[in-house]
Amino acid sequence: MNRRTLLTSAALALALATTAFAQDEEITAGFIYIGPPGDGGWTYEHDQARQKMEAHFDGKVKTIYQENVPESADAERAITQMALTGADIIFTTSFGYMDPTIAVAQKFPDVKFEHATGYKRADNVSTYSARFYEGRAVQGHIAGKMTKTNKIGYIASVPIPEVIRGINSAYIHAKKVNPDVEFSVIWLYTWFDPAKEADAARALIENGADVVLQHTDSTAPQAAAQEAGNVITFGQASDMAEYAPMPRVSSIIDDWAPYYIARVQAVLDGTWESTDTWDGIGAGMVGIGEITDAVPADVKAEALALKEALASGEYHAFTGPLKKQDGSDWLAEGEVADDGTLAGMDFYVEGLTAEIPN
Amino acid sequence: MDLSSINPVLLIASIMVSATPILLAAIGELVVEKSGVLNLGVEGMMITGAVVGFAVAVSNTSPGLGFVGAALAGALLSLPFALLTQYLMSNQVATGLGLMMVGLGLSSLIGKPYEGMKAPPFPKVEIPLLSDLPIFGRMLFSHDIMVYFSVALVVAVWAFLKYTRAGLILRAVGEAHDSAHALGYKVRHIRILAILFGGACAGLGGAYLSLVRVPQWTEGMTAGAGWIALAIVVFASWRPGRVAVGAYLFGGVSVLQLNLQAAGADVPVALLSASPYLITILVLVIISARGAHAAPASLGRPFHASH
Amino acid sequence: MLRLEKRPQPSQLWMVLSPIIAVFLTMIVGGIMFAILGKPPFEAIKVIFWDPLFNDQFAAYSRPQLLVKAGPLILIAIGLSIGFKAGIWNIGAEGQYIMGAICGAGAGLAFYPSESFLIFPAMVLAGGLGGWAWAMVPAVLKTRFGTNEILVSLMLTYVAQSILISVSSGLLRNPEGMGFPGSRNFKQWDAAFNAELIANTGLHWGVVTALIAVIGAYLLMSRHIMGFNIRLTGEAPRAARFSGVKPARVVFFCLGIAGLLAGAAGLFEVTGPAGQLTGSFNAGYGFTAIIVAFLGRLHPVGILLAGLLMALTYIGGELAQLMLGLPGAAIQLFQGMMLFFLLAADVFTNFRLRFGKKGVA
Repeated sequence: MNRRTLLTSAALALALATTAFAQDEEITAGFIYIGPPGDGGWTYEHDQARQKMEAHFDGKVKTIYQENVPESADAERAITQMALTGADIIFTTSFGYMDPTIAVAQKFPDVKFEHATGYKRADNVSTYSARFYEGRAVQGHIAGKMTKTNKIGYIASVPIPEVIRGINSAYIHAKKVNPDVEFSVIWLYTWFDPAKEADAARALIENGADVVLQHTDSTAPQAAAQEAGNVITFGQASDMAEYAPMPRVSSIIDDWAPYYIARVQAVLDGTWESTDTWDGIGAGMVGIGEITDAVPADVKAEALALKEALASGEYHAFTGPLKKQDGSDWLAEGEVADDGTLAGMDFYVEGLTAEIPN
Repeated sequence: MDLSSINPVLLIASIMVSATPILLAAIGELVVEKSGVLNLGVEGMMITGAVVGFAVAVSNTSPGLGFVGAALAGALLSLPFALLTQYLMSNQVATGLGLMMVGLGLSSLIGKPYEGMKAPPFPKVEIPLLSDLPIFGRMLFSHDIMVYFSVALVVAVWAFLKYTRAGLILRAVGEAHDSAHALGYKVRHIRILAILFGGACAGLGGAYLSLVRVPQWTEGMTAGAGWIALAIVVFASWRPGRVAVGAYLFGGVSVLQLNLQAAGADVPVALLSASPYLITILVLVIISARGAHAAPASLGRPFHASH
Repeated sequence: MLRLEKRPQPSQLWMVLSPIIAVFLTMIVGGIMFAILGKPPFEAIKVIFWDPLFNDQFAAYSRPQLLVKAGPLILIAIGLSIGFKAGIWNIGAEGQYIMGAICGAGAGLAFYPSESFLIFPAMVLAGGLGGWAWAMVPAVLKTRFGTNEILVSLMLTYVAQSILISVSSGLLRNPEGMGFPGSRNFKQWDAAFNAELIANTGLHWGVVTALIAVIGAYLLMSRHIMGFNIRLTGEAPRAARFSGVKPARVVFFCLGIAGLLAGAAGLFEVTGPAGQLTGSFNAGYGFTAIIVAFLGRLHPVGILLAGLLMALTYIGGELAQLMLGLPGAAIQLFQGMMLFFLLAADVFTNFRLRFGKKGVA
């Protein structure tokens, strides 16, 4: 039995247990998911964090969730119904839930809402997101050091600022350690389509890439890299440790559990306030999965040092001098990017050759 | 943009892998439609095949058994469709859509325990001598056995429809069920067999996704492949050989698009992904404009013996 | 031996009885399935069929939501049913729905931020025309070249989906949306907002249009010569031709109506409940509407009821997920089974069961 099956059965047992002890619960926390918890990536990690949070409060908090909620008119209804069941705090875990979350929040002033990856807030709506680009910097560093063909493949989902930030951050740090490095980016226009992701990974590998980064959720690219042999990959959203030590040499893990625990604790304490959280490696929201022995010891040490510098805030992943793709100046020597520019990033940095679609 | 990094040999090899699931499903649906039945539930049968094939393969660490299980599961799932449409004269469009919903729901329930597992490896079969050929060896003769099987199946279906008596009867049933019935052929039995065959093929196609092409099980992983298979049958104007062409073309456009991106070409991704469908419409128009009524005449029409 | 014998006239009794039997059977088999999944079967059935209507906690909200969910389904299904009656199988309503939304939203956004009262009507018109134009492609191809409309309309759905993804992240993207895909939110633009007409009833213009469409379709099919011609074309195409019905006119009329209504439904949805044109606003309504059309036996009143029933299982299914932790997939399976049972029970409307030896065929 593998790790995830165990967890699923544990979750099931937990769910049964919670219904049995319902009378001890003080508050209910609800979660709206874009995919199934078994997607192995984005929703999987939110669901893991939900379970950890529930376990942390040991019976004091009941959690409920609804999976596969499309970003359509159904979202507003799903959130409303969750508020009606008596949820005290509701986490809506996809960008497309932004406007529905705000709309429902207006109708339920006493319920707290937490919207992931959006930018609209209200008195009872907080937003939270993770600085995944810090993790991308570490990946870029390892990728730049490890590539022999100097070609790095990148499976991108949808051209939104978060994805573009990731590409830029990985590129900057790969280029820093390997000036000859080239990036090939494939846009899939989907976050989750295993067959397409596998095909994209194969296309990149056949075009000479020996490192494949992904910003899509399934493990299909990992499997394709494994089949191809000497190609390395990084886990995305979840650790994807089943593909370690090769091809998966490290990973970016979305660790929402500390945040969920803190926010639910705030509701219990009555200290909850609307905030905008954008945490990175330092706060533990972005985890770097174990760097395997497939990576030489000196590269691993450098990567860990970079991780430490990012975590302590001593180094920012977007530090000048940096130019935009068109050659215009962006950041001067030593200057770091402000959050506003990063949040709306719609340009590549100098050196990336392709164009951002649209 | 530098397209020299695209290796045509590897490209074609990739296209063959990427086209195999839809080829398997489409050749099955072709037989179903040739018998005069339109089963829109291909997606549901494919995904059920994908999950059952994966489950069987993982439980027995045998991909071969997985494919057998997937074919059986696909056929079994098509059975209610067969009974409803043939014995209870239900509308085929609606029943097919119902089949799709049942398949999608069922597969996700069956698949829960298998999420995140790895498929047992499925070996490639290098065909002796041929696989050593320069270029063609790597391109065409170094695949897993299901790729060859799918091509063989196309040839077999072609030969069956063209040269065998049973194939002739099947076509007769699809063209004019009342006359076929008057000649003493068991229209319903023949159609039910065709539907089961279609289900089995769709199941195999789904299993190819979960066991070879991806390979893993995830909910909703067919992501519309069943609908593409339906389109290919039409594109092929109900001819087995053209089904293969259609499947490789569909697979080709999507893989080529990815390769162009990987090589750094700017392609309008969203619009390019619509091109296979537009091409299909164009082909349809050309076929029908020529006046050749390629579609089986009884396609989609219910049959009741006492008419 | 059992065999089926065609009734000379569809049985009125069975027409009413068969859906009731089907829903009942679905409850039994569904209940067994829920029990296998380790959920309380009776409670699950109650949550799905009863709670959205009468639960103290939810009903005040979910009852109006039934209309919101059923509105577009009914509107699209009515359009489809007219074509299905004539034997014109437009299964691309999803594409017409999407194109209606795109054209309508685009027409409105071209005048942003005008507050003219003409904006919304113009958007509805543009939406309807967008859907109509998309349906005209299979109509023209069918009448001109004899191309199969099932396949063309289906293919066009995928083309529409691609266009939707392209425009929602390009041409119609909200310029103030921080680079994220999705149009401006119509709920924040009064002139274009398809708001509830009476607060907390769920009644928006789309629902009103759906109700008008039900009545209109009823009158058309039972009182108007066109309705007669449509039915004649479907039941006896040759007789229709002899009596002077022009098949091409019927094709254009049926596909046009279906496209018009589906397009309008799409526009009502993006400007109302969905609020925004995004790559996933459509949520498969066009396909579900086909099911609704058949559940309702292609009869306007039947479609009204079937749309509400379908909406009930959707909303009840969501509540079951929420309250009992029932997997979403189980609900999908449940709906698929319901459709199977309805189709199966329907056979008794047109056929009767006979015992004894088979007669001469």
